[in-house]
Amino acid sequence: MSLDDFFHDETFFGDYTFKNSPRAIKRFPFPFPEDDYMYSVNMEPHVPGRPGSVFEHTFDVDEHYVAEMRDRARVLRDDPLRCQSLPHMTLAGWDLLELIMESFARDYPQWFSLTKSGNQWHWINRPLNIDQKFTFLDESTLPCGPMEYITRQAQGDFTLQDQRNDNLWIEAGMVTTQADWSLDFDIGMSFHEWHAPVPKAHEMGVFDRALKFLLQLQHGAPVRRFNWTMTVDPLLDTSPENYPKWGPGKTTLTKENIGQRQHLRVELQTLFRLPRSNAIAFPIRCYLCSFEDLVTQPKWARRLHRVVRDLPDELATYKGFIRNRPLMVDYLSQFDDGAPTSPGWWPDE
Amino acid sequence: MSVGAAKIPVVVTEAVEVNSLIKRFRFVREDGGQMPGFSGGAHTVVEMDDAGTRRLNPYSLMSDPGDRSGYEISVRRDDTGRGGSAYMHREVRPGMKMLISPPVNLFGLDLRAKKHLMIAGGIGITPFLAQMAQLDAMGARFELHYAARDRELGAYMPELSARYGDRVHRYYDAEGQAIDLTTLLAGQPLGTHLYVCGPKGMIGWVLKTAADLGWPAGAVHSEEFLAPPVGQPFTVELAVSGKTITVGAAQSLLEAIEAAGVDAPYLCRGGACGQCETHVIACEGEIEHNDHWLTDDQKAGCRHIMPCVSRFKGAKLVLER
Repeated sequence: MSLDDFFHDETFFGDYTFKNSPRAIKRFPFPFPEDDYMYSVNMEPHVPGRPGSVFEHTFDVDEHYVAEMRDRARVLRDDPLRCQSLPHMTLAGWDLLELIMESFARDYPQWFSLTKSGNQWHWINRPLNIDQKFTFLDESTLPCGPMEYITRQAQGDFTLQDQRNDNLWIEAGMVTTQADWSLDFDIGMSFHEWHAPVPKAHEMGVFDRALKFLLQLQHGAPVRRFNWTMTVDPLLDTSPENYPKWGPGKTTLTKENIGQRQHLRVELQTLFRLPRSNAIAFPIRCYLCSFEDLVTQPKWARRLHRVVRDLPDELATYKGFIRNRPLMVDYLSQFDDGAPTSPGWWPDE
Repeated sequence: MSVGAAKIPVVVTEAVEVNSLIKRFRFVREDGGQMPGFSGGAHTVVEMDDAGTRRLNPYSLMSDPGDRSGYEISVRRDDTGRGGSAYMHREVRPGMKMLISPPVNLFGLDLRAKKHLMIAGGIGITPFLAQMAQLDAMGARFELHYAARDRELGAYMPELSARYGDRVHRYYDAEGQAIDLTTLLAGQPLGTHLYVCGPKGMIGWVLKTAADLGWPAGAVHSEEFLAPPVGQPFTVELAVSGKTITVGAAQSLLEAIEAAGVDAPYLCRGGACGQCETHVIACEGEIEHNDHWLTDDQKAGCRHIMPCVSRFKGAKLVLER
């Protein structure tokens, strides 16, 4: 299969030609292991998972790779502040560059290669037509800073957290596929500060436990968790900065178009301790799937109906879909016959 | 169990006597691969099989973090300790296979600092060796003040002066030299971060002097690994696993729990990281809290214990483990 056959030529704005292939639907990371949903720290070791799944490799590179990187470049052209790195975070940027390059070259040798002679590195990215020789840890040998350089070539958002004074500080990031939060607003905040808008979880002590856990995260033992929300149209850049452009779209959902336009938005969040900087890298990988594609898996159709129907109002409000919840429940109820669902989130074979 | 990452099988390639108290060891991977990168200030936990007794001691990594071909540590022999350092000096020689943990850093550099001011006492020099190599490679500004008992025991002093020149200041107790700390700390540029590693007395002196001079707490960093102290044997009930164990005089509570086949979390084994914190279900007697982790209120409350370094005297101690 040639590169052009595997990677889609598609858009995530305007005419929205984004489309999941049948294979992509089947491997969609459906985030609900049970028929109801509540917050939890829900972290598990990020170890290689089921072949073909989004967990197969450290980083998942899928059919949307090239189009997503084009979309990132478009967002950055309009708003360069989506990528920021405070001066002391450059070393963490190099750590991230190394982690991504080594993982990509190891897991996808048909697309990426990395050769090293001491600190002289040679990176080839075939899908994006990049061939770069540079000196590791020498910023002057790359066209931009190391974090920006590598995250223009990796799907998902990335933040880098410095660790000091028993806290984590969000002090660098590339954020163009976010679920309505702003790096420009959050940069420099501590762990509890940037999580302040989340309802309920503070009272449950979720963030105290999560911080304590993360401060002890070890190099070589990454962890992962899911988060999710809802997005009308396959728009990656649902940013507060652009809310006037995409927010009103929520009011145009109808019984007729909801199956096509309403997407479940899932984030596969992973956390890595970085070796040289002792910072933590937080890749947030976004997957989108339309309701009409999701309901092709009967188990997911039943379960999604029950989760959306029974979610507490605060959460539906926080996730931005309280207005359209009745429409969603109405649509999804057609596919829920009340039969029990099997445990876990894998689709039934 | 240590959280997460798997232990690294290594081979000892060097065991060098640095002076009459200190030996340096170099480890390379048994499989010939590269070591994980690490940040200056990180330590590794070395696993020892001392004639059937399993010992796990943390040692700061002293080698250049840019060198992934191997790790180096320095071990000061403690003749009154429980035997881990004596084992390293007596038994560990080139060619021997050992297990070490991946690096963990509880004494990291604050990379926002405009200047890094380091104060080392004796064997406390080791984390700074790695930090200075890292800062030097980054072109960052640093200054070391390093005190030792005498010239013989001032490990690595000549090498440091040769490499870093007047950024290294040496002091010998035997020659009546002492760091003029008040003057030193009063005259630092804004944005300086202060780091201290050494004997307990020195750490206390530096922290108090800095606080008295108005240094912000967030700009002052210290690391002191505690060796688990020896003491009287005592008995503990483990409620979850349903076992009653006896902790020997030269054994830590954590080691006794592990020896009973009960899996317990740990990282530093030196009272600093908080990983092994355990709930106390019942306590009739007095917990000897030896850690740096629990707050004074928690220590007074007798509801928590750090089994890596703390002990117990009394009639009954029941733990949720």
